[in-house]
Amino acid sequence: MTKIKSLADLKKIRDEMQSKIKLRENSEHPEQTVQIKVGMATCGIASGAKETMSYFVEELEQQAIDAVVTQTGCMGFCYAEPTVEVTLPGKEPVVFGYVNKSKAEEIIEVYIKRGELVDGIIPLNFKTIDD
Amino acid sequence: MSEYKMQILVCSGTGCKASESEEIINSLNSLLDEFGLENDVQVVRTGCFGFCEKGPIVKILPGNTFYVRVTPADAEEIIKEHVVKGRTVERLLYTDPVTHENISDSKGIDFYKKQIRIALRNCGFINPENIDEYIARDGYMALGKCLTELTPEETIQEIKDSGLRGRGGGGFPTGLKWEITRKSEADQKYVVCNADEGDPGAFMDRSILEGDPHSVLEAMAICGYCIGADIGLVYIRAEYPLAINRLKTAISQAREVGLLGEDILGTGFNFDIELRYGAGAFVCGEETALIHSMEGLRGEPTFKPPFPSVSGYMGKPTNVNNVETFANIPVIINKGAGWFNKIGTEKSKGTKVFALAGKINNVGLIEVPMGTTLREVIYDIGGGIKNGKKFKSVQTGGPSGGCLTKDFLDTPIDYDNLIAAGSMMGSGGMIVMDEDDCMVSIARFYLEFTLEESCGKCTPCRIGNKRLHEILDKITRGKGKPEDIERLKVLSSVIKDTSLCGLGQSSPNPVLSTIANFEDEYLAHVNEGKCPAGQCKALLKYEIVEDLCTGCTLCFRNCPVGAITGERRLPHYIDQSICIKCGVCFEKCKFNAITLT
Repeated sequence: MTKIKSLADLKKIRDEMQSKIKLRENSEHPEQTVQIKVGMATCGIASGAKETMSYFVEELEQQAIDAVVTQTGCMGFCYAEPTVEVTLPGKEPVVFGYVNKSKAEEIIEVYIKRGELVDGIIPLNFKTIDD
Repeated sequence: MSEYKMQILVCSGTGCKASESEEIINSLNSLLDEFGLENDVQVVRTGCFGFCEKGPIVKILPGNTFYVRVTPADAEEIIKEHVVKGRTVERLLYTDPVTHENISDSKGIDFYKKQIRIALRNCGFINPENIDEYIARDGYMALGKCLTELTPEETIQEIKDSGLRGRGGGGFPTGLKWEITRKSEADQKYVVCNADEGDPGAFMDRSILEGDPHSVLEAMAICGYCIGADIGLVYIRAEYPLAINRLKTAISQAREVGLLGEDILGTGFNFDIELRYGAGAFVCGEETALIHSMEGLRGEPTFKPPFPSVSGYMGKPTNVNNVETFANIPVIINKGAGWFNKIGTEKSKGTKVFALAGKINNVGLIEVPMGTTLREVIYDIGGGIKNGKKFKSVQTGGPSGGCLTKDFLDTPIDYDNLIAAGSMMGSGGMIVMDEDDCMVSIARFYLEFTLEESCGKCTPCRIGNKRLHEILDKITRGKGKPEDIERLKVLSSVIKDTSLCGLGQSSPNPVLSTIANFEDEYLAHVNEGKCPAGQCKALLKYEIVEDLCTGCTLCFRNCPVGAITGERRLPHYIDQSICIKCGVCFEKCKFNAITLT
């Protein structure tokens, strides 16, 4: 990693990172990457998030679907762990609850491949600091 | 991609399910079939929208039309009007209680969102092990702003103006604490992050550290800049291994890019952070005990003053703040005190994270503006009480807090209101209890906890809590006397007045608040030998109703202790002196011949 030596440096890196993420999120090309975030705090892991995450990684790779699977912290929906957020190219992120292996399979087959929603969406019920 | 032109989202959270959301889904689907629209419109079940009071909720995409209090009978109108003709069904829209306007489309779609995520802004959003993602979300910009544009005094003023108060429980004004530590003169000062989260049921600090460790590191550096410290220490319990790992990763990444260490951002400011592990003692959340534990001494509190801001770690001025408090700091600097202090109530600004637990449908971590009512938290965001039971009480503030009744459901939550109601904010655990919970047992449970966790240094806490626990235990075993209630009250006030630290000063709170709010339950235990909630086993009595007993011998054969006697085809009898109240006979009896009193 390069050293950040000044506030200007920091701003530059921030802008680079933001546009990199935007590029990923806002692309209209269907061949662009699918983004998947798995809630991997202690609560999620205890409910099987590790298995869910590795299933996504392996299954998407095997099916040659262009996707980035990353971990994130607690989304707050402890009653519905493991929770997973899926962002299809050009679409709003969608959060799914109770994602075990079979739910993950359904998400890949129905939502990621066909773009149809599946049951078990968790509506985001909070405002962010930018709202 | 999807062939569907429209998607109808129907809430199937527990609350909405109870008000027939499944029937709505069935009606919608059969109507779609009828109109031949099943390939154009998809009906999807969702989790809780957090607006259960107005449920069942139906949301239609595209357009984000938000229908409330929908009934199965409304399905036809939704399909005929909205789906077929594209006309919004006005009568099902949410009406703003103030302006009386109907709110329909995406512009007003946030109206039902009662949560604002400030401290949790990045939790569940960024990858906590990647500093770049934090930077992309304005990470370390607040530190940069302080170091290059603001003097320490100006930064402290900003924090003071924001009205931020300590989120660990006490609610001391954060800016003031920083100012006092800044004014203490010394060759070395320290910033300490209190990550010794110990309240049963509270896990917000762990979640912040696991989901957004950099926000805490950044805030600690800002604090160091303000008070004149170059070393920060995070005191974290060893039983949080994942949080420790993520913190370690975050610290090493920040060092690698030069956001911790020497000459940060070329400003000449030095700051580094180390971890200190605790063994998980509750009393070490008290700042003097925490400091002693970090020094390698026994985790025991000492008398204040001197406050840590004057003489703390290694005898040097030390600023101790809680994880959640720190997580708010970067946002206050970036968005300004004026933005922050518009959220919340007059004396409690900003938001508070609560860990919702107990007999509630949507167990989880929530962040609401100060001033939100308990009713909104429990019935909307929390989705109400499990299994449709009746709400009895909510416990806030952990072992130092109290149990509030339904009379307090409409009290806006802030530091001062909770104290006035006989409880406290604490670190934000919120445990919901239903009609099946015995309040005497709850008080006993918390006393058991304080008893285990008392360090034993001062007599009132060490011995007083033991006696409190004994009396409570006696009551739950049916051996209590009416005068015990008065003894509990007297003893509690002595412990509160004479204990050395916050642990003892607050440990009788669960007892006092349950006596104040549920005295009838205590009286039922001591006067009638009954537990109204049916929780205290010793007070239960299983009896066989002679007229209903057929003498089938099923209870006799299943009783594990041989307490049941009787001849075949003749009424049986339970010997109360042998019965262990396991309830097997009650479950097995096919003739409802066994009563429980």
